[in-house]
Amino acid sequence: MSKVVLNVNGREHSLDVDEKTPLVYVLRNDLGLKGSKIGCGLEQCGACMVIIDGKAEYSCNTPVAAVAGRAITTIEGIGTASSLHPLQQAFVTERAAQCGYCIPGIIVAAKALLDANPDPSEQEIRLALADNLCRCGTHARIIKAVMRAAKDIRA
Amino acid sequence: MTRSGSFVNNPGLDTWLEIHADGRITVNTGKVEFGQKLTTAFAVIAAEELDVDLERIILRAADTAVSPAEGYTSGSMSMETSGTAIRQAAAAARRIMLGMAAEKLGAAVETLSVTDGDIGDGKSNQHVTYWDLMGGKRFDCAVPDDVTPKNPDQYRLIGHPVEGDGFEALVSGSMMFVHDMDLPDMVHARVVRPPHSLARLQDLDEAPVRAMTGVIAVVRDGSFLAVVCEREEQAVWAAARLAEAAVWDESKELNSTDIFEQLKKNPRESFPLADGVPQDLPVPPLSPPENAAATISATYQRPYIMHASIGPSAAMALFDADGLNVWSHTQGVYPLRQALATVMDLPEDAIRVRHVPGAGCYGHNGADDVVLDAALAARAVPGRPVLLKWERADENAWEPYGPAMQMDMQGSLSDAGKILHWSGETYSDTHMGRPADHGNHSRLLAAWHMDPPRTAPTAQAAMGFHAGIHRNADPIYDFPDRRLIKHLVRGLPLRTSALRGLGAYANVFAIESFMDELAHECGADPLEFRLKHLSDERARAVLEAAAEKADWGSGNHGDGPGLGHGRGLALARYKNVKCYAAVVIDLDVDEFGAIKLERAVIAADAGQIVDPDGLKSQLEGGLIQSASWTLKEQVDFNGGGILSCDWESYPILTFPEVPTIETVLIDRPDQPFLGAGEATQGPTAAAIGNAVFNAVGLRLRRTPFNQDRVREAAAEG
Repeated sequence: MSKVVLNVNGREHSLDVDEKTPLVYVLRNDLGLKGSKIGCGLEQCGACMVIIDGKAEYSCNTPVAAVAGRAITTIEGIGTASSLHPLQQAFVTERAAQCGYCIPGIIVAAKALLDANPDPSEQEIRLALADNLCRCGTHARIIKAVMRAAKDIRA
Repeated sequence: MTRSGSFVNNPGLDTWLEIHADGRITVNTGKVEFGQKLTTAFAVIAAEELDVDLERIILRAADTAVSPAEGYTSGSMSMETSGTAIRQAAAAARRIMLGMAAEKLGAAVETLSVTDGDIGDGKSNQHVTYWDLMGGKRFDCAVPDDVTPKNPDQYRLIGHPVEGDGFEALVSGSMMFVHDMDLPDMVHARVVRPPHSLARLQDLDEAPVRAMTGVIAVVRDGSFLAVVCEREEQAVWAAARLAEAAVWDESKELNSTDIFEQLKKNPRESFPLADGVPQDLPVPPLSPPENAAATISATYQRPYIMHASIGPSAAMALFDADGLNVWSHTQGVYPLRQALATVMDLPEDAIRVRHVPGAGCYGHNGADDVVLDAALAARAVPGRPVLLKWERADENAWEPYGPAMQMDMQGSLSDAGKILHWSGETYSDTHMGRPADHGNHSRLLAAWHMDPPRTAPTAQAAMGFHAGIHRNADPIYDFPDRRLIKHLVRGLPLRTSALRGLGAYANVFAIESFMDELAHECGADPLEFRLKHLSDERARAVLEAAAEKADWGSGNHGDGPGLGHGRGLALARYKNVKCYAAVVIDLDVDEFGAIKLERAVIAADAGQIVDPDGLKSQLEGGLIQSASWTLKEQVDFNGGGILSCDWESYPILTFPEVPTIETVLIDRPDQPFLGAGEATQGPTAAAIGNAVFNAVGLRLRRTPFNQDRVREAAAEG
């Protein structure tokens, strides 16, 4: 066990954990931020994605010590159910979810995209989400939702 | 209207709904939500029949302590069974409460009207609410036989989009899946499985694992192994260490000879079909009519495929003085309870199973198996709730698969280009592997590894109308003569069960590809050829609607063979009596044989539409999932086990690869509502194959249509 200081959603957390612990377990089990999902533990599906220093990154295989002090944003830091970010609102409007397990990771990846590129083409959205898997087949609606969000945020 | 079958086992009105004093109304169902928006549709139906606002309805998750026993949530049946039961129960409750109000207000029932649960007498201007009358009280009666639900022209809610149904929780990460549960004193567990289903534990030194930080228990029962730890990552690490320590007897190997050879050579039970029902009769000989101008044959194949849920299966279990409590994403809380009772040697009433959402499952995946794993782990640490999650490799290697299937087709044409005779034979393992009460046998995975091990019961041939293997094996077209055979094949190497659509996907893939081959044989347009054999007006309407939306027409199909762009269409009616769906696909095939989907058009008729957006969502999701099966998916294995243990070795369709989708819904307000979750799978596969043929003149008869398949087809000429 060792002390690790994490900066998550703008707040500092001092934690006693094994420094090898993958970030996703600390987010979920120590900080109660269960929006980041465990899908593979292999950096292959994107369900665990968080934004680290502006980039969408996997959290399932990143040792917590490796991200100490860096700015981490989880789905909970983007917006809450009672105060949705326009990106999340666009997913609601387009009803872009079925089972919803992959959705937090996808919204995180889309947020990183829109922060870097406020006016992406459909092709750029598809490529930005290429590392996120969805099994229910909601892709077409998700792409529409991100297009809508880009428009709403620019307006 | 026909009385719901769900009332046979659950006749009491109070089983279905409760009116609370605070103006809320709980509606119960034995069916479970897994992203198909079933509970939204049920809430809408209840609010419609009761004449209350949708916000008043609380739809309670299935729980063996309170819910009606409605078996499994499967086969696109939930709308017709549970949906109809809720409709009739709600209509009955409304009628009973109107009677009570009439008495209380001294009015005639005919002068009463209901606005959001408030019953008003138009004559005297007096009011009373449902909750004044019934708040907290029981109806104490059966749902009457003679309820009359509303006519469609009186609907306020049905058929309109629904908002605010939990989407906010989904998009903000606050929706709770079973994986996210947190109970006081909870501990975490992981399993360690054998290398494959025939391997058994030979030797294990548990000591190094027990010495690891956080390890509370190493659970060993025969060849079943699990670890229980204080923290989740500790369980992951301990399981990895335990896997290294285990020595397995691998003297037996999986039979990995060509699976399609096994399908044809292994022992089997064969049944001719009549009107979608298997007959206990000899298989008639295959003899094409003598007056046929041409007879062609083709064989279509589908390998084993996975449900491959995006969230590996998980369950919570707690053993305490009252017995076993489990929280599960099972599709059937009551059948799972029966299956657990046998293996755990507990009476059923000592087990409570509560449904908590999981990730999408698309049929019978690891949801039930992981509950037994969690229960065995929990038995080792009584009083502490155990959250057990499968890792990705556990899910991919051990879930029951959709069976490998082969379809042998033959068709004979007249001079006039009409089909005179059709033959279709389908070879497959069972699609019916769900757990229930199986006596000394069990279908729960860990039961096969425990000491003493139980074995799986031998699957009986499903003899029902469009049941497993033969689902949609009977074309909906008009032929003067048809010969259809179902072959249930024994002794195959991998465990199989229900995957979305069961046999329908492969049978429709074969039928609709073969219809295109026959059309090509007589130089006919694939749309015209189908219409020429189709008298069902609703089927014709969806086919024509899809063709119109896609701008199907002479010269519009694509650039033609060899030029890379192609268009294909296909049609089916799920189970021949459910939702109609036609699909048109536009795609490109590049010079390396890679297929890129560009555009998909769906036209569907699901009877009366309750939730149009939910319906579209199911149809579109089915199309994309089917495109993934068709283009990419196959379970690879050898004698030593499953090789497709992650997303690299079992790739699925990704965002850059999905087509744009346009959907046309045909509403039939005078027809019963029909489930649609399984309607587009079969047509999508065939429409892709037909579009590839249109694009490059190659007929693909075996999924997945990856570059190897395209090259093989090109080599065959």
